[in-house]
Amino acid sequence: MDMQVAKKKLGLKERYAVMTRGLDWTPSYQKMEDIYPYMAYEGIKIHDWDKWEDPFRLTMDAYWKYQSEKERKLYSVLDAYIQSNGHLNVTDARYLNTVKLFVSGISPLEYVAHRGFAHAGRQFPGPGPRVACLMQSLDEIRHAQTQIHAVSNYNKYYNGMHDFHHAHDRVWFLSVPKSFFDDAITAGPFEFMVAIGFSFEYVLTNLLFVPFVSGAAYNGDMGTMTFGFSAQSDEARHMTLGLEVIKFILQQDPANVPIVQRWIDKWTWRGYRVLTLVAMMMDYMLPKRTMSWKEAWEVYFEQNGGALFKDLARYGITIPKCTEHIALEKDHLSHQAWGTFYNYAAATNFHTWMPDADEMEWLSAKYPESYDKYYRPRMEFWREEAAKGNRFYNKTLPMLCQTCQIPLVFTEPGDPTKICYREVDYKEDKYHFCSDHCKKIFEDEPEKYVQAWMPVHQIYQGNCFPEGTDPTVEGFDPLAAVMKYYHLEFGRDNLDFEGSEDQKNFAEWRGQATKNA
Amino acid sequence: MSNVFIALQTNEDTRQIIEAIVQDNPHAVVNEQPAMVKIDAEGKLVVRRETIEELIGRSYDLQELQVNLITMSGNLDQTDDEMILYWNA
Ligand SMILES: [Fe+2]
Ligand SMILES: [Fe+2]
Repeated sequence: MDMQVAKKKLGLKERYAVMTRGLDWTPSYQKMEDIYPYMAYEGIKIHDWDKWEDPFRLTMDAYWKYQSEKERKLYSVLDAYIQSNGHLNVTDARYLNTVKLFVSGISPLEYVAHRGFAHAGRQFPGPGPRVACLMQSLDEIRHAQTQIHAVSNYNKYYNGMHDFHHAHDRVWFLSVPKSFFDDAITAGPFEFMVAIGFSFEYVLTNLLFVPFVSGAAYNGDMGTMTFGFSAQSDEARHMTLGLEVIKFILQQDPANVPIVQRWIDKWTWRGYRVLTLVAMMMDYMLPKRTMSWKEAWEVYFEQNGGALFKDLARYGITIPKCTEHIALEKDHLSHQAWGTFYNYAAATNFHTWMPDADEMEWLSAKYPESYDKYYRPRMEFWREEAAKGNRFYNKTLPMLCQTCQIPLVFTEPGDPTKICYREVDYKEDKYHFCSDHCKKIFEDEPEKYVQAWMPVHQIYQGNCFPEGTDPTVEGFDPLAAVMKYYHLEFGRDNLDFEGSEDQKNFAEWRGQATKNA
Repeated sequence: MSNVFIALQTNEDTRQIIEAIVQDNPHAVVNEQPAMVKIDAEGKLVVRRETIEELIGRSYDLQELQVNLITMSGNLDQTDDEMILYWNA
């Protein structure tokens, strides 16, 4: 890039002030509370919106200039990648399953983030946060679009991605990321900003994008690397907004502190549970690993998040309690998650497999406390069974956590041999939880979470079959009907990687790419 | 004091920027990772426009950095001349 830098007439601080101060007015014939109806009910008190400052001090003209530069870079790389059949350069075809997970689990959230920030920006009476939310809202729709464009190239060749948004709204495990964001956008605007701007963007997003994108680069996936870095270049601004939002709210009134603390506790845990998908991707799905989930957690949460919460201590904010629980889970999370997906591979839009001997060595080395003792034996057993032709598929439906919607597969903190179950009786019904944290979140807002669309319950109620299905006919196969409802083809989009069409096609095409047919 | 950090894409735009950061922050530690460079520094990290301009041989607007930025950590303060990342505690 060789940009011309024109001499500016005003300094950065003045330019930003001109854009964000004095443009609004006090309404004379409408009441403020009618114009901004969501400002009071969450209990947050703001006395002076002008105290808000975007530390990047980005003005709108600069925003367009740099964003268009990012787009030009992205699409020229994508073109080159597609024209050279870049998809055949990935380490091996198992890698593609991370792309399927990404486009069906994460990209739709970008779009919801776009809507969320547009909504929050409309609700805040201060021009500073309005401008910041506007920019983030535009960034997020760009992320959704560029990801869909980049992944559409893979969809021409590989299975499971053809109707990703339909899948996102229906497939059992995709309700985990979906319900996370639905929970956030149905909260008030202040909670949304703490949930997504701070807890997700500032505290957790490094764990999503940096390993994903660095992993894509390491595995030869230039398409994902490019959209990932392009999105990530906006992320630094989002993180700054997230931190600013917290500091601003906390400085405005001491009564805000306990409200914000409860939101931070809630959303750190909610976000962490969603990152389970990233944990198993890092430890099991990348053919060439960059770092383990545990290492990433230590670098990006324990060190970096630790520094952040030390800095916020002067406002009276403490590090969320759930992080003690998470520390106990870091040796177990990815193994328990991958074991679960291996079991339920008949009902997914991607393939699973057991690690080979070398990969198990890597896992032992990265998880000396847990892998050989608890997980290697069961994985070797599954591998041997599959080799004998008994690849196991679990076709019964699991009990789900009412809050995070993950099946109850996690173990008690400190005891990896015992599944963790919690329950609450509320009104006429019993609700189940994966942990004390999800249980507490429910107990704080039961009327919200009783409305959750629980995939397993919905299947049992007969709401997840194609229209006109008669579940009472002789020999009715509920799983086959559910897969049809998901728009997934049994035997092509699901099951083990071994023997899949993706595996076969990739081997054949790569063969054609490297020798004369 | 805790570490702040900044991570940039590995490319020809950032090569001299990283060099400038290292020059201006002798306490910084450079970590090269697949396709990215993460620079950690205890307490505070300063990116100076003038140092970058000397190394790239043209005028530079610090906001250009956003095109190649991956992530960062710490409180931020940006002016026309400097971008500072810092922790207060
Ligand atoms: Fe995004
Ligand atoms: Fe849960």
